[in-house]
Amino acid sequence: MDLQTTIYIGVGLSFALYIGIAIWARAGSTSEFYAAGGSVHPVTNGMATAADWMSAASFISMAGLISNMGYGGGLFLMGWTGGYVLLAMLLAPYLRKFGKFTVPQFIGDRFYSKSASMVAVICLLTASITYIIGQMTGVGVAFSRFLGVSSETGIYVGMGIVFLYAVFGGMKGITYTQVAQYIVLILAYTVPAIFISLQLTGMPIPQLGLGSNMVGTDVSLLSKLDMVVTDLGFGQYTTTTAGSTLNMFVYTLSLMIGTAGLPHVIMRFFTVPTVKDARSSAGWALVFIAILYTTAPAVAAMAKLNLHGTVNTAVVKGGDLYAEESSIKADDRPDWMKRWEKTGLLKFEDKNGDGRIQYYNDKPKSEEAAAKAEAAGWKGNELTVNADIIVLANPEIALLPNWVIALVAAGGLAAALSTAAGLLMAISSAVSHDLIKNIFVPDISEKNELLAGKIAMAVAIVISGWLGLNPPGFAAGTVALAFGIAASSLFPAIMMGIFSKKMNKEGAIAGMLSGLAVTLFYVFAHKGIFFVKGTEYVDMIGGANSFFGITPEAFGAIGALVNFIVAFAVDKVTKEPPEHIQHMVEAVRIPRGSKAVDGAH
Amino acid sequence: MEKGNSGYWQATLGLLTKILIVWFVVSFGAGVLFADALNGIKLGGYPLGFWFAQQGSIYVFIALIFYYAKKMGDIDRQFDVHED
Repeated sequence: MDLQTTIYIGVGLSFALYIGIAIWARAGSTSEFYAAGGSVHPVTNGMATAADWMSAASFISMAGLISNMGYGGGLFLMGWTGGYVLLAMLLAPYLRKFGKFTVPQFIGDRFYSKSASMVAVICLLTASITYIIGQMTGVGVAFSRFLGVSSETGIYVGMGIVFLYAVFGGMKGITYTQVAQYIVLILAYTVPAIFISLQLTGMPIPQLGLGSNMVGTDVSLLSKLDMVVTDLGFGQYTTTTAGSTLNMFVYTLSLMIGTAGLPHVIMRFFTVPTVKDARSSAGWALVFIAILYTTAPAVAAMAKLNLHGTVNTAVVKGGDLYAEESSIKADDRPDWMKRWEKTGLLKFEDKNGDGRIQYYNDKPKSEEAAAKAEAAGWKGNELTVNADIIVLANPEIALLPNWVIALVAAGGLAAALSTAAGLLMAISSAVSHDLIKNIFVPDISEKNELLAGKIAMAVAIVISGWLGLNPPGFAAGTVALAFGIAASSLFPAIMMGIFSKKMNKEGAIAGMLSGLAVTLFYVFAHKGIFFVKGTEYVDMIGGANSFFGITPEAFGAIGALVNFIVAFAVDKVTKEPPEHIQHMVEAVRIPRGSKAVDGAH
Repeated sequence: MEKGNSGYWQATLGLLTKILIVWFVVSFGAGVLFADALNGIKLGGYPLGFWFAQQGSIYVFIALIFYYAKKMGDIDRQFDVHED
């Protein structure tokens, strides 16, 4: 059976499985839609949360970025897992005790103000839409390879499918479908990693393989990789940081507090049965997330080594990387490269006209590499590989069997679709319930509320798909921007709502607005106003990364700091919150007396 | 609830502080600020700073959450504010 057919069958079977489970589980569980945790074991619930959480950014894009960045890519790994510690300890149990269903509801009640709730909706929408842009980029990559079309066409197809998926809606809320998605996704991620780890190191567990020696040698995989990439003029894999140490620090922090501030993640913890479960279910979710997150660095490093090994035979055999016959002939390049060339995400251009592929850093980090490239007559790097294709192409690069490639395609689509659908649900409930029903049209009929939600979803898909055509960065980078926005606006407000009894509405509103504004100002300067290409104003703020060399993706932590400072300053000069609010905060802090969630739609 | 409450909250904040220190030390400390220094030490084929940034801190995070959940359960019972 040829590869393309196998992929269609693999993807088709996985979708049949989700739909089948949804139909099977639907009968008994409609009433549990919002309190899905009620009858579900915390471990099962953790698995579902993990599926919800791990998106195209985690599955498709992250390892590719780590592969490009080396050590510095660890900021994604630490950031997106360390946030769960904050979530479990600082927010989840208290929000569960509070017993409302959405973040704007909490903020509106705690800060006794509809304006506060409305500001929270704005923050939520900005963060979620940015997040979906990143998802769309990932969906586009997955579909373009899956259907063998350009990545633009991939995005159009993806928009259609995400819309159908989200509108069927109910499927999303059913825990067992998500459990199935998790299993497909995690198998799709780990199976090829195990194969590749075995090939390279003889060690089946990728987490250990990454720290092992290359098969038949006493050189460790990481030092081999370090040697190859530095020889080709790249920075050393195990030590290259993301920008500066300061940038890596705030970037990691930004992702961590963003994780704890993202509405669609927090929502999962509103619905667990007890406060006690809210604490441990974050732990179980992290266990299942960690399986992918600790495999990712192995995938990243091994894919990088394999990619170099594919185009330069001296990587595997040893010898001079710059010798003429080391670079493979373009005509002999493997089929997978030709397949990816069709998507436009992998490009080969024979700059020196020798009919061979030279893949190296043409702005080398060392004089030595520059001299070698010069001597070998290399006229510039000839192979461009989009970081977002690394994971999907990984099994092809390692020449694994077709069924593994099909499995990875199914996993990538599952990851992208489940998270996009989850975010669209968050957007739709924010618009229809928190905004329209609670603030503007309190007497809206249930039918119209539902319709408003669907329209909001459709609008969000069109906007994010359109922006996804010219994405502000790789999928994971764009998603990082969304985390920065959540970090700077929602996280501080929720945290102060719990940990500061005296925080008042004026402080919270001023804090959220200034945190959001300062972050967006810095992000838009680099990426364009509302991410529209051509509207960047980076010169106005003194050039790229002008704030202490901090990149826009990392700026959320600074925004959060501004949020806290402004909130406390305003709080000092305005009057303290009413007595009953202060009592409410005290009640939220203790587990006793928790009751089922109300305020659901 | 009025009397026991402040003791409960103090105990909670104490636990949070302890956990956040470990959280900070493994990720921002070992994984970022002191990674270069730690890279001199090898853990198998891993330079140690690199290992903390890409593997180790994640394992510690998991342990921290379960430790927190267990200890909070103890504190809940100690101050008699647990759910029934």
